[in-house]
Parts: sequence; structure tokens; C-alpha cells
Amino acid sequence: MKFLRKILDNAHAKLNKSEKTKKLFPLVDSVDTLMFTPNHTTKGGAHIRDGIDLKRTMMFVILALIPCLLFGMYNVGLQHDLANSTVEWSGVDQFLYGLMKVLPFIVVSYAAGLGVEFIFAIKNGHAVQEGYLVSGMLIPLIMPIDTPLWMVAVAVIFAVVIGKEVFGGTGMNILNIALTARAFLFFAHPTSMSGNNVWISGFKEMKETGSLVDGVSGATPLGDLASFAQDQPAYSSLGGFIQDGHSFVEAMWGLYPGSIGESSVFPIMLGAIFLLLTGIASWRVMASFFAGGLVMALVLNQFAGENAYMQLPAIHQLMYGGFLFGMVFMITDPVTAAQTTKGKFFYGFLAGFLGILIRVVNPAYPEGVMLAILIANVFAPLIDHMVISTNIKRRLKRVKIA
Amino acid sequence: MSKSIKIRKGLDIRIKGEAERSSIEAPLSSTYAIKPTDFHGLIPKLLKKVGDQVKAGTPIFQDKYREHIKYVSPVSGKIQEIKRGSKRKVLEVIIEADKEISYEESSPVDLASLDRETAKEALLAGGLWPFIKMRPIDVVANYTDTPKSIFVSGFDSSPLAPDYDYLLYSKDKEFQAGVDILNKLTDGNVNLQLRAKGGADAAFTQVKKAVVNKVSGPHPAGNVGPQIHQIDPINKGEVVWTVNAQDVAIIGRYLLTGRYDASKLLALTGSEATNRKYYRVIIGANASDVLNGNSNTDNVRYISGNVLTGSQIEADGYIGFYDSQITVVPEGNEYKFFLTKGWLIPGFKKLSNNSAYPSKVLGPKKFDVDTNLNGEERAFVVTGEYEKVFPFDIYPVHLIKSVMINDIDSMEKLGIYEVAPEDFALCEFVCTSKINSQEIVRQGLDVIHKECM
Repeated sequence: MKFLRKILDNAHAKLNKSEKTKKLFPLVDSVDTLMFTPNHTTKGGAHIRDGIDLKRTMMFVILALIPCLLFGMYNVGLQHDLANSTVEWSGVDQFLYGLMKVLPFIVVSYAAGLGVEFIFAIKNGHAVQEGYLVSGMLIPLIMPIDTPLWMVAVAVIFAVVIGKEVFGGTGMNILNIALTARAFLFFAHPTSMSGNNVWISGFKEMKETGSLVDGVSGATPLGDLASFAQDQPAYSSLGGFIQDGHSFVEAMWGLYPGSIGESSVFPIMLGAIFLLLTGIASWRVMASFFAGGLVMALVLNQFAGENAYMQLPAIHQLMYGGFLFGMVFMITDPVTAAQTTKGKFFYGFLAGFLGILIRVVNPAYPEGVMLAILIANVFAPLIDHMVISTNIKRRLKRVKIA
Repeated sequence: MSKSIKIRKGLDIRIKGEAERSSIEAPLSSTYAIKPTDFHGLIPKLLKKVGDQVKAGTPIFQDKYREHIKYVSPVSGKIQEIKRGSKRKVLEVIIEADKEISYEESSPVDLASLDRETAKEALLAGGLWPFIKMRPIDVVANYTDTPKSIFVSGFDSSPLAPDYDYLLYSKDKEFQAGVDILNKLTDGNVNLQLRAKGGADAAFTQVKKAVVNKVSGPHPAGNVGPQIHQIDPINKGEVVWTVNAQDVAIIGRYLLTGRYDASKLLALTGSEATNRKYYRVIIGANASDVLNGNSNTDNVRYISGNVLTGSQIEADGYIGFYDSQITVVPEGNEYKFFLTKGWLIPGFKKLSNNSAYPSKVLGPKKFDVDTNLNGEERAFVVTGEYEKVFPFDIYPVHLIKSVMINDIDSMEKLGIYEVAPEDFALCEFVCTSKINSQEIVRQGLDVIHKECM
């Protein structure tokens, strides 16, 4: 380690030689603080400090995402294999194929996002903050696998600049960065982000070359469900949908087309357990988000009538799409969530409630969780304001009582 | 009238190095110092020059804007040096002590005959007024105010804190006299808070004319801030005074004897101190009397006070006016490789209130700590962690943010009148973003002091 320390000390010394190179300080500093907890000591105030820092917090979220990432890689390969009539792979091959497909997303996401962060750090003369470490891993996991890489890069740059840096950087953003990136693509390039052609790797190509297995539509379960509201539904009844590989247990396993990391319940739950045990994610937000979604789904069940989609059992409904992924990794982002303890309950509930409402009732988009979380982000400061106002009033009341 | 309160939020920081309950007479220092910087916001007007002879109890300087408040010499001797900082700010007035202390003699005060005004005059004349602090703002009290109540905490819950029962042992009469005079100053109660569990010294339990309240829970249960908040909260325009328990006894001693005898017990604590005991010293003593031979000297930090709120001093610096404790901890000024000692280790022995370290559940009983910041300052990202250790019905992060943007209206609404920097010490300790919240709260209080009081 002394060897590494020497290299870094030398780099710092070289940078400090001239004014021009001094500006590049964030480049070396970010590597330095990643490799070493700095030798900064407390100045006044509390002389000892808690062992926790933002790097550890962020890194733990990334660790929690790893099961989803690995599952995503496997599922990408599996879906390609299932759809492609010309290949017959083992599980390992499927995983390797997924790895080769997913890895470029991660590289592009981090390169574009950290590139922007470095530019702003150099321009503003501060150290690179850790915020993008998590966003950079989240963004690949919520993309359809066939999204062109340049689009990912453009979305990342948009999200980091407009979503974060204009507000003042890490900790200051109003909207969740990863969802800002996804929403940007969703509206700017809808054909690459929704429909039936983007969820299976190489789907369009296979369609053109005719190597597609007969009967593979490429649709996600939510796409199939949304088609109930259209003129030509994929299934004639809900029963038909459930029997065709969409039972509750199959919904939990998540071996169907979808965004890269979102479809299976089990890796998401592993991440959830890890985040809750380490106290990094707020259980209040998670629980109330789930409750909000469940309540909405139950309400829809009550008013279902002949509507096949609304008949889908509530819990079954919640297993699909980005609901659980959003519950564990998106809505829990502390910066964009409500900050007061009571506010967190309202905030989570609002997002979950709207998520299922938008998903089921609107005719245009098969999934509503992304939009619901963004709406809740916008409402979070208002929720906090109301909670704090009651606190202020309560303390003012003491004067009158006394 | 006495209440029993429960502090639910907070944190007992378990670190190594508490003092053993036995005391040593520290030798008389050759020099003592009174530091105007111990009294926040004070602008001193010097009354003595270098070379002047003083007795114990002779005023050395007074508050420039509140001239009745005099700061007196703790010992007799000669003014050796007046240390100044930038802009000629007075940092320390150093007194070379005589071999034998001679006192300014005045007759003992007859408590029964005092009314409020004569009680105040007696305290001001004796140089005892600086022991009385006020909330809000947490500075030396205004003698023109009449506080709605006075709070004395009968225990200290901060890390490695001295045992107040030991400090006040056999000081029953002095403590009672101090409580008596405090009673003259307020229309309300003199509130004394003791731990709900375990006995307290007779000086506390036998005290008359004070309302004894029982407090249970983790630190900051022993701080007056949360105690006031639960028992008699401060609203805008109201004032509460606070006095340290040991200082109440010093006040009482003056009343009984007519002498300013500022001797008190001081605990030497911290993992780097070796002979960890209680030392009998006089206020303003040189720390080297206590530290010499009793502490490691290699790369350590000496703190006058506790690790959360104390101030750093040199090995031959002077002990703070209000402090009853010196803590010696290792400096943490080394780089720590992230996988072996730094931010990504499993961390079974790393002190943390965060579950991201298993030490919260599986850690040792007492932790080793150093002064490393364990990270770098960042914007607020994580939410809810301040609230876990902040036992007030106040939103701490929002209060701090209102100070950051200097919004006086919001500060008032969010409860700045109820807090002091020390109440935010635990918030500062647990902060993931390493924000110096005590300093920020102090800035906010200064603004309020200037604009609203």
C-alpha cells in the first residue's frame, strides 16, 4: 500500500506545480479518496466521528444491486436463446451472452456520467462527489436490452446535467437521476424504449432474418396485459394469460422479457434485505410504497367488472414490471424522497398508489411506476413542508397553553 | 412537581479510557490563565496590565458591553502575559501564581437577608456571574433578565464523562448554598435532574428548595438542552439559565466563606492517558500539571472537555473555564487503505451508529477511536440519521439548512431558541456527510443574538 500511496503523493505533487494542472486536482483526488480514507482530522466540534461515510453508503447500494445485475445478465441470454431458433445454449452460455450484452451498458453509463461529473468538478473546483456511483449502476438495469448505446450515453448526460448539476450537484437534485435518464429516453425515443421489439436482445434482427421462434411476440407481461384495453388483445381472457406461463410463481421468478434488472423478485428481495439490514434504505418508504401499490391494486380489483386487466389479483399485479425494483432502489433514494420521518410514509404511499393507478388505467404506457416515482419526487418537498408546518404549530401552541 | 422524563433518542458512545474514582491533589501550577475565548461572544475590557499584582478574586477583565460582569483571577500572583491573536483579540491572560494563594476577603453572605437584586450584586461582585449561562444563545447570562427557571444537571452522560456524584461528594453544604442563591434569581423553579436509575450523592438527593427530576435514557440525557425541552421548554422571548453542578458548589463556597476558591475536580480520561484519575485543580490551571507523565505524547490530541464538545488544547495549554475533564485521544492523521483500514472494511471494531458497520451489533464493549474524519465533507444525502440521536421535537436538518441560508424567520420557527451547539454534537458525530453542525448552529445563534435579542 505504501507503493500506491507514493504514486498518489507524487501525482499530487506534480499537479501542484503549476496553476494549469492544479485544476485537474479532482482527477487524482477521486482516485486517491477511493483507494484511501483521507488523513483529514476533525477541526473543532466533535473530535471523533462515526465510521460511516458517503462512499460506504453508496458502495453498499451497489453491492445490493449485484444480484439483480447477475440475474439480468442471465435473463438477457435466456430470452435470446428462447427466441432464437438457431441456437441451443447451456445456462453458462446464456449468462456469457448476457454478460457481453450488459457490460457495454455499464461501461457507457459510467463513462458518460462520470465524465460529466469530472467536467463539473474541474470547472467548479471541487472534489467529485459519490452520487453518480449508484445512478451509474441503476441506469443500465432499467433499460431495455436493445437500447442503442449512444442513446444511453445521451440520456445519462441529460440526466446528470439537467437533473443534477444545474441544481448544484449531488444531494441537491429534485428528481431521481436514473429515472430522469429513463424518462428522457422514454419520451424522446419511444420506439426504442417501449413496444414489443426492444425487450429481447437482437429481436428485430431475428425477425428480419427469420430466425425467430414461432409465437414469440417479444412483449413483456405488462405489454400483454395492457393489450386487453386495445382492439386486438394478446389473450382473450385473463385466465388465458395466466395459464400461458404467467402464473404467480412464474411472475416471481421473472424469466420473461423486461428491463435488464427488474423482472425477478428474488434478486430484488436479496438487495432489499441487505439494504434494510444495513439501514441504508428507509423501511418506512419501502413499506408504505408497497402498501400504496397494494391498496390501489385491491381497489382496482373491486371495480374490475369485465375489465380483464383490473381483475388481475393484487399481489400478482405487484410482481410485474418495475414496481418492486422501484420500491427497493428508486423510491428509497434519500435525496429525492421526503426527509421527515412522517413524510416518508406519505411519500412512499403516494408513489405506490399512483404507480399502479397509472399502470392499469392509462391507455398509452404499459408501466407507470417510473412516472409515479417522478411525480412523488416533485411532491416530496411539499409533503415535508406540511409535516414541518404541523410541528411548528404544535410548538407555538405551547405558549398558549402555558 | 418533580417530573420523570425518558429520553428515547440518543446514543451512548462507548469508548475506552474512563477515569478511576480516586483523586490526586495536582501540584499548584506555576501559571494559570483565564481565556476570554471560553465565553462565547465576549469582548473583554482589560482591567489589569502585565506586571500587576492580583489576588484570587481580583477582577482581571470585564465584559465591554455588560460592565457589571467581571472575570476574576482564580489565583493570586502577577499578570505575566496577555496573549493576543489576530486583530489584537485577547486570547489568554496568563497569571504567574504565588506559592501560597491569597484571597480577596469579603464577609460571608447571609443568604436569608438577600433579595433578588442584592443576590445578583453579590454574584457579580464576587466574579461568579460567568458561571451562569442562559438559553437561548448559550452565553453568559444577562443580569437584567429574570429567567423563568434555572436548570442544573446532576449528571453528565457524554463519553467518558466525570462522575458528578464523585465530584460533589461531601460538598453538600456548598451545593445547598449555591442552590439557595439561584432560587433568589428566578420566579420559577431551580430544577435539578438526576439519573432515574442508580443512587446519587447526598449533595444531590438531600438538596432542599430544588425540584428534583429523574431522567432516563442515553446521552444527551445529561445535557440541560433536552432536559429543558421536556420539562420547561423555551418559547420565543423566554429565558432559562443553566449552571454546571460543580460550579453551583463553587458559588456556594464563596457565599459561605467570602473567598473565591475556584478549586474543583478534573477527570483525566481517554485511551491515551495513563494515570486516569480525578485531579484537584483550580480553574484555569495549566494542563501540563495533570498531563505530565500521565499520558502518551506521540501524535495525540489533548481536549479540554469531552470528545464531543471539548476544545483542543496544547499539552501545556490551559484548561477551559467550564470543563471538568481532559480527554486524550490519538490523532487519526494517516491515510487508511480502503480494503485494510479504510472505508470498505467489514469493520467489526469500527465505532459507528450506522448498521452498515456490523460493530453496531457485534462490536466490542468499548471502542478505540481516533480523530480521523473517516471521510470528507459532502452535501446532505442520507436522511433520518440526525433524528435518531436528537431528542427534541425539532427537525434538526431543516434547522441547520435554515441557518445555512441565513433565514432568521425559519430559524425561529424551527426552534433555534431551544438549542445550543452541544445539543447537535451527536448529530455531528453520526453525520455521513461530515457536516460541522455545531459550528453552523453557533453561527445561527450569533445571528439571532445580534438581530433578535
